[in-house]
Amino acid sequence: MSATAVAPRLHGIRHRRITVLAVLAAAVLAGVVLSITIGSRSVAPLDAWHALTAPGDTESDIIIRSLRVPRTALGVLSGLALGVAGALMQGHTRNPLADPGLLGVTQGAAFAMVASIMWLGASSLLAYIWFGLAGALVASVGVFALGMVGGRGGPTPVTLALAGTAVSAFLYALTSALVLLDEQAMDVFRFWQAGSIAARGPDVVWQVLPFIAAGLVLAMINAPGLNALSLGEDVARSLGQHIALTRTVGVAAVTLLSGAAVAACGALAFVGLIVPHLARALSGTDHRWLIPYSGLLGAALVLLADVVGRVVAPPGELEVGVVLALIGAPFFVALVRRRKPVRL
Amino acid sequence: MRLQAAAVKLGYGDRTIVDGLDLGIEAGTVTTIIGPNGCGKSTLLRALGRLLKPQGGEVLLDGKRIDRIPTREVAKVLGVLPQAPTAPEGLTVADLVARGRHPHQTWYRQWSTDDESAVAEALTMTGLADLAERPLDELSGGQRQRAWISMALAQGTDLLLLDEPTTFLDLAHQVEVLELVRRLHHASGRTIVMVLHDLNLAARYADRLVAMRGGRVIAAGEPHEVLTEELLREVFELDAKVIPDPVAGTPLVVPIGTHRQSS
Amino acid sequence: MTSIPLRLGGLSWRIRPRGVVVTTAGLALLALLMALSMRMGDIELTVAQVLAATFDPADPAHFVIMELRLPRALTGALVGAALALSGAIIQSIARNPLASPEILGVTNGASVLVVAGVVASGSAYGGTSGLLTSLGVPALALLGGLIGAVIVYGLAWRRGLDGYRLVLVGIGVAAVFTNVKFWLLTVGDVNDTGRAMVWISGSLHGRGWEHVQPVAVALAVLVPLALTGTRSLNALRFGDDTVTALGLRMNRARAAMILAAVLLAAVATASAGPIAFVALAAPQIALRLTRSAQPPLLSSAAVGAVLITAADLLARTLFAPVELPVGVVTAVLGAPYLIHLIWRARK
Repeated sequence: MSATAVAPRLHGIRHRRITVLAVLAAAVLAGVVLSITIGSRSVAPLDAWHALTAPGDTESDIIIRSLRVPRTALGVLSGLALGVAGALMQGHTRNPLADPGLLGVTQGAAFAMVASIMWLGASSLLAYIWFGLAGALVASVGVFALGMVGGRGGPTPVTLALAGTAVSAFLYALTSALVLLDEQAMDVFRFWQAGSIAARGPDVVWQVLPFIAAGLVLAMINAPGLNALSLGEDVARSLGQHIALTRTVGVAAVTLLSGAAVAACGALAFVGLIVPHLARALSGTDHRWLIPYSGLLGAALVLLADVVGRVVAPPGELEVGVVLALIGAPFFVALVRRRKPVRL
Repeated sequence: MRLQAAAVKLGYGDRTIVDGLDLGIEAGTVTTIIGPNGCGKSTLLRALGRLLKPQGGEVLLDGKRIDRIPTREVAKVLGVLPQAPTAPEGLTVADLVARGRHPHQTWYRQWSTDDESAVAEALTMTGLADLAERPLDELSGGQRQRAWISMALAQGTDLLLLDEPTTFLDLAHQVEVLELVRRLHHASGRTIVMVLHDLNLAARYADRLVAMRGGRVIAAGEPHEVLTEELLREVFELDAKVIPDPVAGTPLVVPIGTHRQSS
Repeated sequence: MTSIPLRLGGLSWRIRPRGVVVTTAGLALLALLMALSMRMGDIELTVAQVLAATFDPADPAHFVIMELRLPRALTGALVGAALALSGAIIQSIARNPLASPEILGVTNGASVLVVAGVVASGSAYGGTSGLLTSLGVPALALLGGLIGAVIVYGLAWRRGLDGYRLVLVGIGVAAVFTNVKFWLLTVGDVNDTGRAMVWISGSLHGRGWEHVQPVAVALAVLVPLALTGTRSLNALRFGDDTVTALGLRMNRARAAMILAAVLLAAVATASAGPIAFVALAAPQIALRLTRSAQPPLLSSAAVGAVLITAADLLARTLFAPVELPVGVVTAVLGAPYLIHLIWRARK
């Protein structure tokens, strides 16, 4: 067979991948429409469009602009962030059990939030989120530094994963001891733990947006390096990849993405645990595709789960994290059962 | 001299394996490093491919210190295939080979026509075009090894370092892989350095043999100069007869040991 | 030399000296901690007083030793050993250092049922009622743990058991259980939630002989079973191809070991709540101390027992009379030590 006959086939693979990407993007778009129009007060899509383009003072216009739009934006952002962070984390550690909170991000955020309530008198959502973000960053940098100590060429995946787990357990223990002493902190903590994107204003969206945007850029830069790394460190190095730099960029991306998402929306990190496994079934092992697939799938799932949570138990709402687990996890288990899982 | 090790000291942690070794690789040759297990041949190859940083001395690529050249630039002229590499399960041959294009890609240019033709050519040259979409783990050992070599080819380097490319392969597949190496050398004048265990195949396919023992080069030169009965005794502690290979005329090692009497 | 042969007539074993040293040192440390546990508390006792009180039913401290401190310390040690053993088995089978009984659905299943029990029974009359009192928390936890394990195992089974699929199914089921648990916590009254949180963190408060017995029986039966399974565990660490090549009835060996791990974790959780970190950390600590390739079973058990006994001693004496949940102290104690070992290994 000649070289020219191989090329069209390579093209075919690429076409299929772009199609899948388009389908996933369409799913996110559908999720956005549903999220803006459906709720305790449903709005026709055309009216919603009107509320966005030519806002008036009607009640539904106000609901859409001040509640639904920020909520939807936060759903998209956190879903993107956690899906991408999960794919990066599993790729770097080559461990299917790795979630975006593995580096201590989730527990760092939780601890900082609870501590700020108890000792610094933090009382507003915006303050919790700033403290949570700071806690996530500090914990993650700490774990990474721990993995770096004494090692040449950066931390190995196993030490990173174990150090992260140990630090997370340590922080979780402190947090759960603290909340036993303080009822207000306990109250904030238990709702934060369930995960939610509701009742957060536009200011929260603007607060986390730069972190998530920066994280997404770093993630896409990291993708080719991750592909090289998945062939082993020696092959990666011979392909001209700088190992320690690749790991550092990956960890920075995961920290920004999951730190921002978790601080704003609570312990949703398991979105990032499940979504990459689903995305891998569509993309195979190429991170340049796996990462965008995971992001879009994460966003679509978070939006969908949030919408379901709004309508399933009126007049109340179910937290998005709860719905996500209750819908997403059985689907995930069914998929794992049906076909041979794509391994890391 | 394309690639040169000058007084290199190599080791892992406190353990020194190679101390003060000099070796030069000439352009357009196939060099094979032989030696007993643990003599430091793989360590040397890793250092030549800048996978291992020397504790002393230096490795020069085209006269420049290899650790001073950006690793990505090195990857455009020098490809290394480590011993028994592993790939993620489910990775297809085409995907693996495409990853060889890594050093030529940037975030804004992920898949150029150069990339595509290099991958197609590498697949064709290794006879894998028909298997392009098969997952690597479904292939035979020989096919898998060819796929890895194909990846190194797609990298488009004219210097190739191969660490035991024939491990785990039966004789027919060993010959198949080495024929491929020879073809690459003939077709495009690539400079190739290999570590091999089979002395007879090494003698057959190399322009130059380098025999190592205890981290030192004992002899280097054309196969018939290096592969002598004295050297086999010194390097491998092996009593053997060396006769001309009836097919190629290269040296053929026949070990003397106890053997079953034939009638 | 990492192992020495031991031959007795026709029998022969291979013994790892480091494993023996670590296990022996662990048991000695455990004895010391147990002795300290007998001495310390609201009433400080000397060693002589402890000994006198132990053997003299008329001694005023007899009740404190025999009915409060001893059963509590024993529960802690046995639970630690059982959880660590369970973790060591699972980490070997999954070939993953992050695996713990959680992925088998045991701890989360137990948590869901117990939290549901606490929340459903309510605290309207200042106490527990309904399902919770009639069944009791330990029985509820045991039931929940076993149900959780059956669900995971049933879903992961598909013409045989694949370690990777088991891990993935475990993740999925754990996500469902954890979120049902969180949801129940948000639904419940904040007082109930507080009580449920104490149990979820793991506690040895008020544990008596009735908590010692089930764990002791489980260990007595399952430790020999697990040890005979070590040989197959060694093989399971390699890929499925290798295992088949080594001539093991792979699924049967795996199923037996998983069953042992499930029972150990379920019984331990029923006695002391889901003490999360021990099952993950103890095998990894033992592995680093013995410098072996996979979690060593007996050394892991010794490490687990020491970890929880030490943690409980601190939990009840550090801020006395306020008592910390033992699970919290276990993580505070075990995590830095594991980090220290990881850090040291890189030097």
